[in-house]
Amino acid sequence: MQILNEKFRVKAGLAEMLKGGVIMDVTNAEQAKIAEDAGAVAVMALERVPADIRVEGGVARMASLEKIHEIQEVVQIPVMAKCRIGHIAEARMLEALEVDFVDESEVLTPADDENHVNKHAFEVPFVCGCRNLGEALRRIGEGAAMIRTKGEAGSGDIVEGVRHMRAVQRGIRTVGILDEHELMAHAKEIQAPYELVSWVAENGRLPVPNFSAGGVATPADAALVMVLGAEAVFVGSGIFKADDPDRRAIAIVQAVTHWQDPKKLLEISRGLGEAMSGLDSGKLTPEEMLSRRGW
Amino acid sequence: MLRVGILSLQGDFAAHARLVDRFGGQPSEVRTAKDLAVVEALILPGGESSAMLRLMAPEKLDERINDRIRAGMAVLATCAGVILLARKVEPDQSSLGLLDVDVARNAYGRQLHSSIESLRLDSRLGSPDEMEGVFIRAPRITRVGKGVTVLAWRDRDPVLVTSGRVLAATFHPELTTESRVHKYFLHLVGCHG
Repeated sequence: MQILNEKFRVKAGLAEMLKGGVIMDVTNAEQAKIAEDAGAVAVMALERVPADIRVEGGVARMASLEKIHEIQEVVQIPVMAKCRIGHIAEARMLEALEVDFVDESEVLTPADDENHVNKHAFEVPFVCGCRNLGEALRRIGEGAAMIRTKGEAGSGDIVEGVRHMRAVQRGIRTVGILDEHELMAHAKEIQAPYELVSWVAENGRLPVPNFSAGGVATPADAALVMVLGAEAVFVGSGIFKADDPDRRAIAIVQAVTHWQDPKKLLEISRGLGEAMSGLDSGKLTPEEMLSRRGW
Repeated sequence: MLRVGILSLQGDFAAHARLVDRFGGQPSEVRTAKDLAVVEALILPGGESSAMLRLMAPEKLDERINDRIRAGMAVLATCAGVILLARKVEPDQSSLGLLDVDVARNAYGRQLHSSIESLRLDSRLGSPDEMEGVFIRAPRITRVGKGVTVLAWRDRDPVLVTSGRVLAATFHPELTTESRVHKYFLHLVGCHG
């Protein structure tokens, strides 16, 4: 299986290093430095944070190369960048720019509404979003070295993130109780590669790290997704759309480390000012929901 | 059973815990000063050293770890852990200075230059004298102090060093099926599982 080969182990190795950490969306070098100083384990270079993409509309594309380069120059932590779903050329350019991880992301406007990139063909590791186990295993089948549940980016509402993390975990538990003779039929039902469904049945987890993204606005939100089984947390608009980004960034980093310790969470969460205002994702129309992009 | 602490602020601490468990130690996650007080040895895992430093600050864990190691606690450091222990870090970053080596962060390049390499081993690690080393955005040891012994090389670069009760690897022995580094460490701390 390709997931066990040497190239794949090196890709997933970086995802292992990011566990228990926070990956922050940043749009310039100054924000990247704030993120690194706050204890982020990586930054995601973007043209606009998801909350602004929602407001401003238009086609959301890969960030400008100057912007990504400027961010790479100021931080020592890994720099990730997003390409549009199925945009093979953007992905190749990000690889040539030597970003540390490519996020083939539903937050940008999809370039291909049928196909995702074949990520095995790349040296750079990829992270992809998912809403359930089947979607996670399809992306891993294409070569993703890290999975993140999608949540609803730019909403500041954690409900979709919770729904997706619960769906993945429930999917893993379900596979675990199936008889070996039931696995092929189940693979057909969730539309996932049989080999990966079998792997999950045997090991009780995804073959790559499983992080959470979308809707985290407070330290409590970050702790919640960790309770539900996330191994690390992506925070997008939640930091730089809040009153006091520096302090909120530090607090969310600490919450992901101390999620099992409610007294620590109290200490961490005091005096942070207002969180981003947010959108009730239940009121979004299906077309407005970024998490419905990709399949 | 010997209680082996694993600094679990961030990084691949769970992979270390599995190995400690397998070789007869009792793994114990360390996130607070209280957690640190009850362990008899410590592992500093792979991850991002700047994030770990930030997370150590509120409870002054860096100073507390420094005191414990100076008082004789054995420590195994991998990748980011070596950066935390080094005398000097390039580019400049604070460190505990407990191991007399200088290191350069990300010296082999960005993730595209991460790789699995064949290492040459000192006889103290037993035979065969080769082992796989997983390097993820690894630091490079650029100077080795007088009291420091090199136990493994990647070409000419020292990648596994020891001094007193400190054992430090710039690669990730926790990410391979080869477990000699952890066995050597547990032997060093007097744990014979």
